[in-house]
Amino acid sequence: MNTQMRFDAGAPHAATVVARTQESPSIFTLRLRLDDAAAQEAYRFAPGQFNMLYLYGVGEVPISIMSDPEDRDGIGHTIRALGRVTQGLAKLRPGDRVGLRGPFGRGWPLQEISGCDLVIVTGGLGCAPVVSVIHYVLRRRERFGKLVIIQGVKHADDLLWREQYEAWAKLPHTQVLVAANEGAAFWPWHVGRVTELFGLARFDPACAVAMMCGPEGMMHAAAANLLERGLPASRLFLSMERNMQCAVGRCGHCQLGGAFVCRDGPVFNWGEVQPLLAHRGF
Amino acid sequence: MRAHADPAVLLPIDGLPALLAALGRDGYRCIGPAVEKGAIVMRELDGNDALPRGLQAEQGPGHYRLVADPHNRYFAWANGPQALKPLFFAPQETLWRAGRGDDGALRFEAVLPEAPKLAVIGARACDLAALALQDAHFLRPERVDAHYAARRARLFLVAVQCAVPAATCFCGSTGDGPVPTAGYDITLAELPEGFVAHAGSDAGRALLATLDLAPATPRQLDAVQVQGEAAAAAQARALPGKDLHDALMRRLDHPRWDEVAMRCLACGNCTAVCPTCFCHAEFDQPALDGASSTHQRVWDSCFGESHGHLHGFNVRPDIRTRYRQWLTHKLAGWHAQFGRSGCTGCGRCIAWCPVGIDLTGEVAALMAEQP
Repeated sequence: MNTQMRFDAGAPHAATVVARTQESPSIFTLRLRLDDAAAQEAYRFAPGQFNMLYLYGVGEVPISIMSDPEDRDGIGHTIRALGRVTQGLAKLRPGDRVGLRGPFGRGWPLQEISGCDLVIVTGGLGCAPVVSVIHYVLRRRERFGKLVIIQGVKHADDLLWREQYEAWAKLPHTQVLVAANEGAAFWPWHVGRVTELFGLARFDPACAVAMMCGPEGMMHAAAANLLERGLPASRLFLSMERNMQCAVGRCGHCQLGGAFVCRDGPVFNWGEVQPLLAHRGF
Repeated sequence: MRAHADPAVLLPIDGLPALLAALGRDGYRCIGPAVEKGAIVMRELDGNDALPRGLQAEQGPGHYRLVADPHNRYFAWANGPQALKPLFFAPQETLWRAGRGDDGALRFEAVLPEAPKLAVIGARACDLAALALQDAHFLRPERVDAHYAARRARLFLVAVQCAVPAATCFCGSTGDGPVPTAGYDITLAELPEGFVAHAGSDAGRALLATLDLAPATPRQLDAVQVQGEAAAAAQARALPGKDLHDALMRRLDHPRWDEVAMRCLACGNCTAVCPTCFCHAEFDQPALDGASSTHQRVWDSCFGESHGHLHGFNVRPDIRTRYRQWLTHKLAGWHAQFGRSGCTGCGRCIAWCPVGIDLTGEVAALMAEQP
């Protein structure tokens, strides 16, 4: 892990919304800046880590950081308005205030990819934790081999950052495979299950790392396919989601067997979690 | 029984008030046993309180009654519903406060508890082991919990060797009792004529020195040893091993989980009385005037609906998966997290379960069949 600053796990830092983007009817991105300029300057995170965002008087939620780690002006969070806190966060506008604790957890093992191909598999809205990895790789393109981005959504309208996917698809050594269970007019990608696209992915299993996030069923199917193609399990990683309230391995809600997802994850090696993922209820 | 480095002394049977007075002189507030609503509870003793005497705690699955102790002892009750947990891991407390200024800016401040010097009278071996486990969780060097640490720092522990284990006790099989071997300032073993006392810390040594006590006799030391061995031998329940991690994790699809789910009410009593359960929920409590909001934590239970809640679905939607989470965390997950089981054999989850589910019985049923 890089040398990021560990903020106190107690009270949050005050932060201000500097930009808000509506990504889809229920999904929005908040760009935040810590009110304390020195704290903002010192803030570092690794792709795959998350923050706890606090809505005044309502509570906190864990949200992945989706911005580029080199971007020091603000911290990006893409959020789906679903519960009490996120529906409130959805109403915020630039200039509004929140609290922020973080970054927390273990991010993606970026050092392991060096020189190798990177396969990114995401489903549904699970793409936020890997978007910062894509930015990270594209800014340091010479260090990595092929980049394969595989994304599945239920409906064509669910795909966020559609122009970005189209732009990525035009880059050299970059392959973009997108599938929607239900298509729509002018949908340029596959209609059907995302698992049907795995066979098209071009990468060297002997020198590749795969990163997955999204619904656990989809990750299971993706893992089976990637392992079958010869990717060693030691080079397969996934980001897990669980109820998180403290973010520092204390409150107990996110436990997955002996692991605290907030502290030991959210990014895990496949071998660390596979035995428990096979049993519903952990 | 462990050989003590310090010579044992004898506190006369009427000497407990002198011990409490000495602790009071050192600035400690004394927490000790009292009878409340038919059970032994740990509460603050004021100077005039006499410790309860002549009581045993008759316990069984879903059963707790105080009955007479024919030998009129002070510590013949094995335990009550509370362990030491509520003293340090508060059932509910404020972690921090947010204030909103007229300009809309938020200000955050940590809220730390007042933490008086506390002396606990009557801690059992299982409770001391559980306290060590709570310490391992809340005082992790990388991320010390300031609230727990503040309460925990100023503590004096007077332990008691169990002479009369309850029918629910199984600390012998977890390796945590019935004889306190570590983690106390003073430990007492009750004999008819008095309490054989050992110091376990400098503070304990200094306190015993102020009481000017006679050395215990070899006969008294023998009696203490026999008492400890008899208490261990009297335990009727047991877990089948200290490390059940692999055995339990091989049985995640065992039909017993469905069977126990039919009986379990998912009330969470077991997690509330468990001396090692640490789960807690966090929530905000805004002030009525809207000018501030406190962020609180409150004990939570993995049996509750909200524990496994995740946007739009529940990781553990039924009692089967919740009971399995509790038991496999307690007896398996803890090994990965803390290097040992999370159960110290106190038996509280058995006695305080309204339908009398017996953890040792469930483990035995799971183990009876090969996976």
